[in-house]
Amino acid sequence: MQLVLERRAERSGTIALASPLIAVGLTLVTMIILFAILGKNPLLALHAYFIAPLTDGYSLQEIAVKATPLVMIAIGLSLCYLANAWNIGAEGQFLIGAVAGSWIALKTQGTDAGAWVLPAMLVLAAAAGALYALIPAICRVKFGASEILTSLMLVYVAELFLDYLVRGPWRDPQGFNFPTTAEFDPVATVPLLIEGGRLHLGSAIALLVVGGAAILLGRTIKGFGIRVVGAAPRAARFGGFNANQLIILTFAVSGALAGLAGIIEVAGPVGHLQPGISPGYGFTAIIVAFLGRLNPLGILVAGLFLALTFIGGEQAQIAMKIPLDVTKVFQGILLFYVLACDSLILYRFKLVLPSRQVARGAG
Amino acid sequence: MRKSLLALTAGLLLAGSLSAASAADKLKVGFIYVGPIGDLGWTYQHDLGRQALVKELGDKIETTYLENVPEGPDAERAIEQLARAGNKLIFTTSFGYMDSTLKVAKKYPNVHFEHATGYKRNPNMSTYSAKWYQGRYIQGLIAARMSKSGVLGYIGSFPIPEVVSGINATMLAAQTINPNIKVKIIWANTWFDPGKEADAAKALIDQGADVIMQHTDSPAAMQIASERGKLAFGQDSEMIKFGPKTQLTSIIDTWGPYYIERVKAELAGTWKSEDTWGGLDSHMFVMAPYTNMPDDVKKMAEDAQAAITAGKLHPFKCPIVGQDGKPVECKGGDHLDDSQILGMNFYVKGIDDKLPGK
Amino acid sequence: MELVEAIILAVLAASTPLLIAAAGELVTERSGVLNLGVEGMMIVGAACGFAGAWLTGSTFIGALFGIVAGTLMSLIFALMALGLAVNQVATGLALTILGIGLSGLIGAGFVGERITPAMHLHIPGLTDIPLIGRVLFGEDGFVYVSVALIVGVWWFLGRTRAGLILRACGDNHVSAHALGYPVLRIRTFAVMFGGACAGLAGAYLPLAYTPFFIPGMTAGRGWIALALVVFSSWRPGRLVIGAYLFGAVTILQLHAQGWGVGIPSQFMSALPYLATVLVLVLLSRARTGGSTAPAALGTVFVPDR
Repeated sequence: MQLVLERRAERSGTIALASPLIAVGLTLVTMIILFAILGKNPLLALHAYFIAPLTDGYSLQEIAVKATPLVMIAIGLSLCYLANAWNIGAEGQFLIGAVAGSWIALKTQGTDAGAWVLPAMLVLAAAAGALYALIPAICRVKFGASEILTSLMLVYVAELFLDYLVRGPWRDPQGFNFPTTAEFDPVATVPLLIEGGRLHLGSAIALLVVGGAAILLGRTIKGFGIRVVGAAPRAARFGGFNANQLIILTFAVSGALAGLAGIIEVAGPVGHLQPGISPGYGFTAIIVAFLGRLNPLGILVAGLFLALTFIGGEQAQIAMKIPLDVTKVFQGILLFYVLACDSLILYRFKLVLPSRQVARGAG
Repeated sequence: MRKSLLALTAGLLLAGSLSAASAADKLKVGFIYVGPIGDLGWTYQHDLGRQALVKELGDKIETTYLENVPEGPDAERAIEQLARAGNKLIFTTSFGYMDSTLKVAKKYPNVHFEHATGYKRNPNMSTYSAKWYQGRYIQGLIAARMSKSGVLGYIGSFPIPEVVSGINATMLAAQTINPNIKVKIIWANTWFDPGKEADAAKALIDQGADVIMQHTDSPAAMQIASERGKLAFGQDSEMIKFGPKTQLTSIIDTWGPYYIERVKAELAGTWKSEDTWGGLDSHMFVMAPYTNMPDDVKKMAEDAQAAITAGKLHPFKCPIVGQDGKPVECKGGDHLDDSQILGMNFYVKGIDDKLPGK
Repeated sequence: MELVEAIILAVLAASTPLLIAAAGELVTERSGVLNLGVEGMMIVGAACGFAGAWLTGSTFIGALFGIVAGTLMSLIFALMALGLAVNQVATGLALTILGIGLSGLIGAGFVGERITPAMHLHIPGLTDIPLIGRVLFGEDGFVYVSVALIVGVWWFLGRTRAGLILRACGDNHVSAHALGYPVLRIRTFAVMFGGACAGLAGAYLPLAYTPFFIPGMTAGRGWIALALVVFSSWRPGRLVIGAYLFGAVTILQLHAQGWGVGIPSQFMSALPYLATVLVLVLLSRARTGGSTAPAALGTVFVPDR
């Protein structure tokens, strides 16, 4: 007797709705067992993870701040993935965007440059991110080199480049040799939305990006092309959609969004350029893109949800002294459940009984 | 399903409010760690300090820590989380938390902050650090006596003043014993990567160094030196376990007394913003027992330690000549003043290497 | 001369974990599966390997613990990516997150403990030959295993029928399925092999390299192993070159600093990655002799029945 997967004739709408609930239910059960083993009160722990961060304005703000780069990057990645272009180097594009934007901030530092500085930073960061993403895209289209792997390689190059800059030429002269640039001037800083809070303009930009992607995918020919190329490349060719062109386009867009997210993070919450500006946003965003089922609104929800687990993990550490490692295990398990349950939208299980066994009957 | 979820939520909220009430009257003290508490080095020692604090004042305080907090956008949130959770005194234990700590300090004027190894302060934000260069000076004396090849190996993390002043102090001391002593420096560009630290130690030994000193956090270099039959100094913590026949001494961070002192001040209502830079006399760090050396070297080390503790010997005693051959300006009378050491950005004469980024 | 020998020894030691992990991932990828969770499997292998050696006092049993732990981790991946047809990139990343957390929990009890490092071979006479003696006859067991492993992988993929079938699954799973080969079962074994190798590679770090366990001690080596597989263009022979080249750059970069050569270390460190991209482009372009990526790499396969 064997349990196998079988493709459903069409997406299951019921499961599409039920799957997140099933996943959360399974996670809850697993976590209750895990916490019980660790000797922590499971109910209090789950409260710290999921409920406490949602009950006050401060934590909600923090969730939005944490989700902003994740959502922005994941939207770009989803376009790539829909078009069957596998950009997994968003981390590198994020860093290069941050570097390019910071260049303007540093060049204008201490001058009386006006309000144009921040917009120029954003534009340059997006352009640099896009250009950096074009390297793997062109290698793929022109030479057939796997973009999964080239884009991943370029992440390390970007990390080392940033490292070199902040330890060498861009180091803050007053910074006692620590690897960081000087703090950006106010005109080079992303404005806050709430006085005294941390919510910044970047979150609003991320929302615009989500809206834009929803319109692009739902209502434009280009968006239709992206989806067709991804789902049925041969049909797309007959339909006049050029797959190579779309790879270039989606890579450029996702690189631009990652670069934009990079400069917003640097000119926003961080305030200066340093190594470690990204705690793996580019990679976490890949998970966000899939959790959100490559759908703009889904990504928004998934990004907020993942941010919740980070904030909740900290609150659990504070309130319950639950080690960070448990939070990582918990995130891993949660991701597995969500991804696995989502798989059931497209597939279903089937019990295959070898014929002999059937003949012998149940006994 | 829905109903049971609601019931669950209600139960959780109830449980949450109960737990909040029980711990209300104890002073809450928070810590932010840059590494895992099991890193055997920097964070490990800070957590030992926290544990000493709990042992001493456990009935009056409650401590909380967040570990592995990266020095990026997450740091500010983590610090603020602790402030919001009711911690009245918060220790942020890595240089990279400086700006984040300052931002949160300005937002929470009623909470007191203590930032390790930084230089920015606020009426509610103190800084604390230790004069590790004093320990490095003693190590330099021992190293010069113990080295047969006349070449010392130094594994640096990043060329920040704390590390550069350590290298200079080592060399100034070593030169008093052997004017021709050489030092080979390798920057690992990380505080913590045992494999890379081990590789750096191997490279130094292979290039002729026979005494290894490190300013990175793991015991890997000690381990390699022990395998190769060379000598080495520990860093941050007691590392004799990893080189029983290798460790000469180790600079051990002991944050406990400082943490206890500051929390007592907080309890008494006498806490105020200060800049503490503790030397050997303050017990902010101690030298591990001097081992694996002849008695006369041990005596020399102990004498030097006593002289530095008593303030009779200053590692950066003038005149000091820079790498360029020009004497360094002596702002502290007969020795360099604290600001020159805290911002040290040059090598002394006798180091034939280039300071990165210079 | 002694310095040359010492450098070679250091390069071998630094390359060995990369070679072992990459050899496993190479087989996995040749079967058409991209498992990005190497770092996660390695760090769990490191924690369990140390635990095993500490509890039993035996390096060998420690290595076995590492292998079993890596294999178990890879089974989670297989269950998700093969059994449930979940996207492989996302699954691999999630596996890494899980692995980092698990290793921390497992290793928490062993922090600060130390063990005796793996024994080095010593054959009187042979080991004492200058220059090559210690390189050839004075290594620890892991180094010899890594060489045997890569030779075995080369032989298996290129010279056996089973290897041919495995490659067929990686190049075109639909055809392989049509020919009657159990694609998913073959891939599961390939993934498990990858996990076992990653676990062993992870165990090498606390058992032989630096004989203690510290959370996060793999420090990104799993990601480098992934890069090496690409650099090798999925060929075992080139993988050996790539791994030793990478190890050599790492070690020589440190030596260059000791000699006082003033090149920013970041540029040296970035070289292998840039070289990988270049190699990938050149190979894909030439398409002569050099095999490019397995055609079905990273794609989901659900057999139609």
